[in-house]
Amino acid sequence: MQAVAALQRRCQVTGLLVDRSAERQIMAFAVTAVVYLAIGGLLALLIALTRWQAIHLLPYESFYAFVSTHGMVMLIFWIIFFEIAGLIFGSTVLLSARMVVPALGWIAFGLMLAGSVVATYLMLTGRAVVMFTSYPPLKAPPLYYAAVLVFAVGAILGVVHFVINLVGARLRGDVGSLPLFTFALLGAAIIALWSLLSGAAALLPVFLWTVGLIPSVDPGVYRLLYWGLGHGAQQINLAAMVAVWYGLASLTTGAKVVNEGFSRIAIVLYVLFINMGAMHHLLVDPGLGTWVRNVNASYFMYGAVIGSLIHAFSIPASVELAMREKGFRQGLFTWLRRAPWGEPGFAALVTSLFLFGVMGGVSGVIIGGPFVNMISHNTLLVPAHFHMTVVAGTTAAFMGISYYLVPLIFQRQLVLRSWAKLQPYVYALGMTIFGLGMGLAGHWGVPRRHWDITFSTARALRTDIFEQPEIAVFLAGLGIGAIIAVIGGAMFVAVIVGTVLLGRRTATPALGKIAPEAFLPVPIAAGGSGDEVDTVEPSHEGFEVPGALVLALAFLALFALLYAISWYELSSVPWGIH
Amino acid sequence: MALRFSSLAKPQGTWWHPFGRDERLWGALAVIWGLAMFAMIVFIWPAIGREQNQIQSYRIAPATFGALTDQFIETYQVGEIDGVPVVAPPPGSDVYLEARAFAWRPVIQLKRGETYRFLISSRDLQHGFSLVMAPHSINFQVLPDYVTVIQLTPEEAGEYPIVCNEYCGLGHHLMLGRIIVTE
Repeated sequence: MQAVAALQRRCQVTGLLVDRSAERQIMAFAVTAVVYLAIGGLLALLIALTRWQAIHLLPYESFYAFVSTHGMVMLIFWIIFFEIAGLIFGSTVLLSARMVVPALGWIAFGLMLAGSVVATYLMLTGRAVVMFTSYPPLKAPPLYYAAVLVFAVGAILGVVHFVINLVGARLRGDVGSLPLFTFALLGAAIIALWSLLSGAAALLPVFLWTVGLIPSVDPGVYRLLYWGLGHGAQQINLAAMVAVWYGLASLTTGAKVVNEGFSRIAIVLYVLFINMGAMHHLLVDPGLGTWVRNVNASYFMYGAVIGSLIHAFSIPASVELAMREKGFRQGLFTWLRRAPWGEPGFAALVTSLFLFGVMGGVSGVIIGGPFVNMISHNTLLVPAHFHMTVVAGTTAAFMGISYYLVPLIFQRQLVLRSWAKLQPYVYALGMTIFGLGMGLAGHWGVPRRHWDITFSTARALRTDIFEQPEIAVFLAGLGIGAIIAVIGGAMFVAVIVGTVLLGRRTATPALGKIAPEAFLPVPIAAGGSGDEVDTVEPSHEGFEVPGALVLALAFLALFALLYAISWYELSSVPWGIH
Repeated sequence: MALRFSSLAKPQGTWWHPFGRDERLWGALAVIWGLAMFAMIVFIWPAIGREQNQIQSYRIAPATFGALTDQFIETYQVGEIDGVPVVAPPPGSDVYLEARAFAWRPVIQLKRGETYRFLISSRDLQHGFSLVMAPHSINFQVLPDYVTVIQLTPEEAGEYPIVCNEYCGLGHHLMLGRIIVTE
């Protein structure tokens, strides 16, 4: 076993077998991810201080260049580098399985790094300012599209590598049924393959056009390819976040999945309705039929929404069940009051879940319908929605699980743990104020990706527009919220960078109050016997998790209320449209 | 009862077990809510709403659209503001609106309560038609090679600025248009 020992190590905290190649690759992807997060975060601050019209920090050239860069660096580079690290973890370390073809992972890393560095450089220096969406006929130098395509190929290889590792583990008998965490990542991976390929299909003709090999690119066809197949890209982040939510719940409270079938079906719903609301980016576009838009934006979208609603219940339910088993059985919410709010991972779980659901998910469903979209499209309501999903939701969750995986993989003691405990709350507070400010400004019609809503430099038709005092308040909220959120982001980066560089090397990093036995199939101390783990009697009228049900019902009621308000708002518009 | 497992652990044995009472209740509510939203989009709002999404479109070369817009302006011009022609098309007519980097053209004068068929296209890049009326806005995508056709009926008199809300280059924030609605 000597040769094997050199290729793997046994983690002394979790008992998992850590493949050394996997360990090194996770480190590489994760470190790169956090570097991009830091860059994107700095840009976020500068952009927000410009949209806060009273401050209006940047000149227009930098503003537009930084908005382009911020979008790509955050929504693509930070998040995909982190997700590939997660895919590697979920297909090797978590399964105590070997990495099958390490070289493939390194090739993926190399391509992703090269592509992202070149693209970021071109955007930051103002040479490629076409925004994240790069809609033709906007044109950037061919090298930009080539760099993004190279990145996409690398990411596709990373996803393929994940699947190969899973197949290898299965064939060697290292795993039968996948842990729910990895199953959710598999859902993310399937969606990723589909949307990365379609993104490449949209970008490749644009690249050929910029080098002069084809005369033009139809702007409508590009949008259809980019979004019609590419909104799936956001489902990747959603599925990965869901994996992390379940993981954090198990890690911080010992939660077990209330019903594996219920949760797994919900993941499958994501994969099936992959084109969920793909049309919701195209609802006010010329060139598409009403029927196709209505069916996609409703029937398909709601198939995926039902998946999310299932997780919105199942995750709190798993926490409630675990807490009730530990003895916190009184009333409806004692389990919640006595949950580990001081544990960074739990704080991240709750804030991420709450903000994603209440602000991100609800706003997305509302503005993603064909009618309300007419009063939302390309206003600040759109970035308000997706900042609450991808930032307050996904990024916050990823930060939470990093507080455990980084010490375990790097084998270092977490530094600044008091910062880690506070950070999720700071981040959530900042993002809430930011989201409300940006969303309300968007409701009032303030456009996205726009440098100056006073139109101080416009040459014609200047008029009183966006002068209402409430808009100034909303944009101040955007600015102040961003400052607080960036402080929260900086806290995270400081803790992680500090840990990786300065944390005391140890094979047993103290991880707070986590349940390391969360990685074992059956807990070793479940009343002595290894089988009956759910010994809790259903407590309220035959319901096992009444608290989670009440929370879910409250959420649904709020959803319905906001939904009704959106229709009222639409009907208040002083124009007939048909 | 079947076993339950941590989300981070490999489930052993038979992990499938039937949905409990909590799951069945919540699952039913989720499906009902999904169906309710579906009904609202597909059946209810189309029957009762005064704001419908029935964009039509057709393909057109930008230069052809430009010529049609020029012709439209020539026929109905009544004045000029800041060098931009103002037109007053009759109720029920086709109204051409041209977007280009970085201007909207022409300024359009409409009569309250009358319906007009707007035809909006771009001479160059993608733009965003955004008609501002705090606390709301009405928004449509404007593409070169395509005409966005939508029927609009102003219900209140006033001046309504048009901004561009699709990034179209470094002069994106210079684009301003206007619709004037008279009694």
